[in-house]
Amino acid sequence: MDYLLTDGQKMIQELSRKIAQEKVAPVAAKYDITEEFPWDVLKVIADSDLFAIFVPVEYGGIGGGVLDLCIATEELSRACGGIAVCYAASALGTFPIILFGNEEQKKKYLPDLASGKKIAAFGLTEPEAGSDASAIKTTARKEGDHYVLNGTKHFITNGAEAQIYTIVAMTDKTKGARGASAFIVEKGTKGFTFGKKEEKLGIRASITSELVFTDCKIPKENLLSKEGMGFIITMKTFDMSRPGVAAQALGIAQGALDHTVKYAKERHQFGKAISSFQGIQWMLADMATEVEAARSLVYSVARMVDSGKTGVSKESAMAKLFASDVAMKVTTDAVQIFGGYGYMKDYPVEKFMRDAKITQIYEGTNQIQRNIIALQLIKEMAK
Amino acid sequence: MNIIVCIKQVPDTTEVRINPETNTLVREGVKSIINPFDMYAIEEAIRIKEKLGGKTTVITMGPPQAEAALREAFAMGIDEGILISDRAFAGSDTWATSYTLVGAIKKIGEFDLILCGKQAADGDTAQVGPGISAHLDIPQVTYVKKIEEIKDGLARVERMTEEGFEIIETPLPALFTVVKEINEPRLPSLKGMMRAKQAKIALWTQKELNLDAQKIGLCGSPTQVVKIFTPPPKKGGKIITGETQEVVSELFDLLKSEVN
Repeated sequence: MDYLLTDGQKMIQELSRKIAQEKVAPVAAKYDITEEFPWDVLKVIADSDLFAIFVPVEYGGIGGGVLDLCIATEELSRACGGIAVCYAASALGTFPIILFGNEEQKKKYLPDLASGKKIAAFGLTEPEAGSDASAIKTTARKEGDHYVLNGTKHFITNGAEAQIYTIVAMTDKTKGARGASAFIVEKGTKGFTFGKKEEKLGIRASITSELVFTDCKIPKENLLSKEGMGFIITMKTFDMSRPGVAAQALGIAQGALDHTVKYAKERHQFGKAISSFQGIQWMLADMATEVEAARSLVYSVARMVDSGKTGVSKESAMAKLFASDVAMKVTTDAVQIFGGYGYMKDYPVEKFMRDAKITQIYEGTNQIQRNIIALQLIKEMAK
Repeated sequence: MNIIVCIKQVPDTTEVRINPETNTLVREGVKSIINPFDMYAIEEAIRIKEKLGGKTTVITMGPPQAEAALREAFAMGIDEGILISDRAFAGSDTWATSYTLVGAIKKIGEFDLILCGKQAADGDTAQVGPGISAHLDIPQVTYVKKIEEIKDGLARVERMTEEGFEIIETPLPALFTVVKEINEPRLPSLKGMMRAKQAKIALWTQKELNLDAQKIGLCGSPTQVVKIFTPPPKKGGKIITGETQEVVSELFDLLKSEVN
C-alpha cells in the first residue's frame, strides 16, 4: 500500500531498512541469547542519525515527527524487536525534555541525545505502581537548591545503560496525582544506583533494570516544567510514544510475516510447497491484511499527532492496542505455519512471538488502552 | 590532504540473473550500485580526511544516471562529486576511460592521493586504476589493504599479495587501488542523505575537458572484443599411481597421446 510518504520519510525508511537488514538481523539471535546491551548496533544507528529524527533541528536533530520515528522503529523491529526498543525507549526518555524542557535543559541535553552519544530512559513504573501509575512512592523533597530523590523504579527499559533519565516522583503526596513532578537525572549522580537486571521472555537485547534512589541530590534546575506537572508530562509523553510502541508491534508482525511467506514457499509436504495449500494461503492472507490494517491505523494516528491536534489519547491508545494484538496473533500464526521448526530456536519466528508479547503489556497494558478509549467514547457522548 | 576517488556504477551483481535460454545476463530491472570495491575507496578517503583534514572528491564516468552513485557517496560524507558524461565517451575501453578520467583529474588540479577500488565487479579488468597512474606518471600501489601512515609527503602502505603482504613506502601524490580488507564501509547517514539530495553535482562533458578526440570513446579504445564466451570448466587432473617405473612410462604415453 502506498502511504504517500514524503521524500524525507522514504529516506528514513530506506536507511532504517538497510540498517535492519545489514546490521541488526545478523546479530538478533546472538543478543537474544546473551542479553547483552547492543551498543555496537546502537552506534551504527547513532552514526546514521536515526536518534536525530525526533529531536528539533535547533538542538542538532532533524526535526522529524512521530510518523518519522514510527517508520524507523517499524523497520528496525522487523529485524529485532529487542534492539528496536533500545532505540525507541531513548525517544521515550527524550520526549519529556522536548515537550516540557526549558531552553537551558534542551540545550544541555538534546544535542547529545540527537547524536546518539547518549541515550535516554523514562522512569515511571514502580513495584506497586504499574497500571495504577498514581500510586508511585518515589519522593522528591525540595531542600534549598536541590531536590532529594528517594525510592525505587523498576522495569525501566534502557535502565543502567542510559545516561539521561526522566524520572517521575512525588513532590507533594497530599495532592495525589497532582503532586507528582518530573525530573532529569543523570547517570553517575550520587545516590542513584541500579538494582536488579530483569531476565525476560522477549526483547532480550534490551535491558530492563531497577533504578534505586537513595538521598539522591539533583539540582533544582533539573525539574521539568513545574512541580505537580508529573502526570501531565507523562500523559503527553505517552500520547507521542504510544504510536511508537504500535510501530514496534507492527514491525515485529511484518518481520514474522516476511519469514513465513518465504518459508511457506520453500517448505514441501505431500510433494508440494505448503504455500500451495489453501489452508496456509488463507492464514497468510489474513496475516497480511491485519498487518496492513495495523499500519494504516498507526500511520494515520502518527500523522494526526504530527498535525499538532490535541486530544489524541484515544487514537494513540487504539493504535497501540490494535497493532500489538495483531503482532501477537500474526507471530503466533507464523509459528503455526513453521510447524515444529517454528517452535525451535534454529528458526527466527519463535523469537518474534516472544518479542511480540510485551507490546500488549508495556506503556499501558492493552486493558488500560481500552479504558482510555472507552472513557473518551463516553466523554464524547456526554458532550 | 586532497583525495580523489574514482568510482564506477555497476549492476548489482547479487541481483543479476542469467537467462537460461541465451546464457546472457538479464540486465532489465536490475538496480545499479556503486562498484562494491569502490565503496572501500570512498570509506578510506573519508577516514583519511577525518584524520588529516582536507577535501574528498569523487569522480565517475558514465551515463547521466551514474549521478545516483555520486549522491550515494555524498550521503556517506564525500565533499564533492563530478560526473563525467558525454556521448563522445561512450564505448571507452580501460585505456580510453583512464585517459578521460585523467583529463578530469588534471582539471581538478591539486591532489595528494587518488583512490580506486581494485577492480570493477562487472568488467573485472583492474586496469583503470593503474591506467590513471600511468597517464599521470605518478606512483601506483595496487591491492592496498592498509594505509599505515601518511606523513611528510610520504605514504606507507601494506599491499596484499598472494603469499602475504608487502610494505611499500611511496612519495605522494600517488594512486592506490584498495581491497576489501582495508575497512568496513559505513552506512550513509540521514543528514548525509539529505545533503546528498540537494548537493550540486558538476557535469563535465567533452566540452569542459577538451580531450584529444582520437583518444576518447570507441575510436580511442584499442581493445577489440573479438568474442565473448564462457570459459569451459577446468577438467580435473589425473593421478597415476603405482611403481615409479610404470608411472613414468604411463605418464610418458599419456603426454605423447596429448601431443598427438
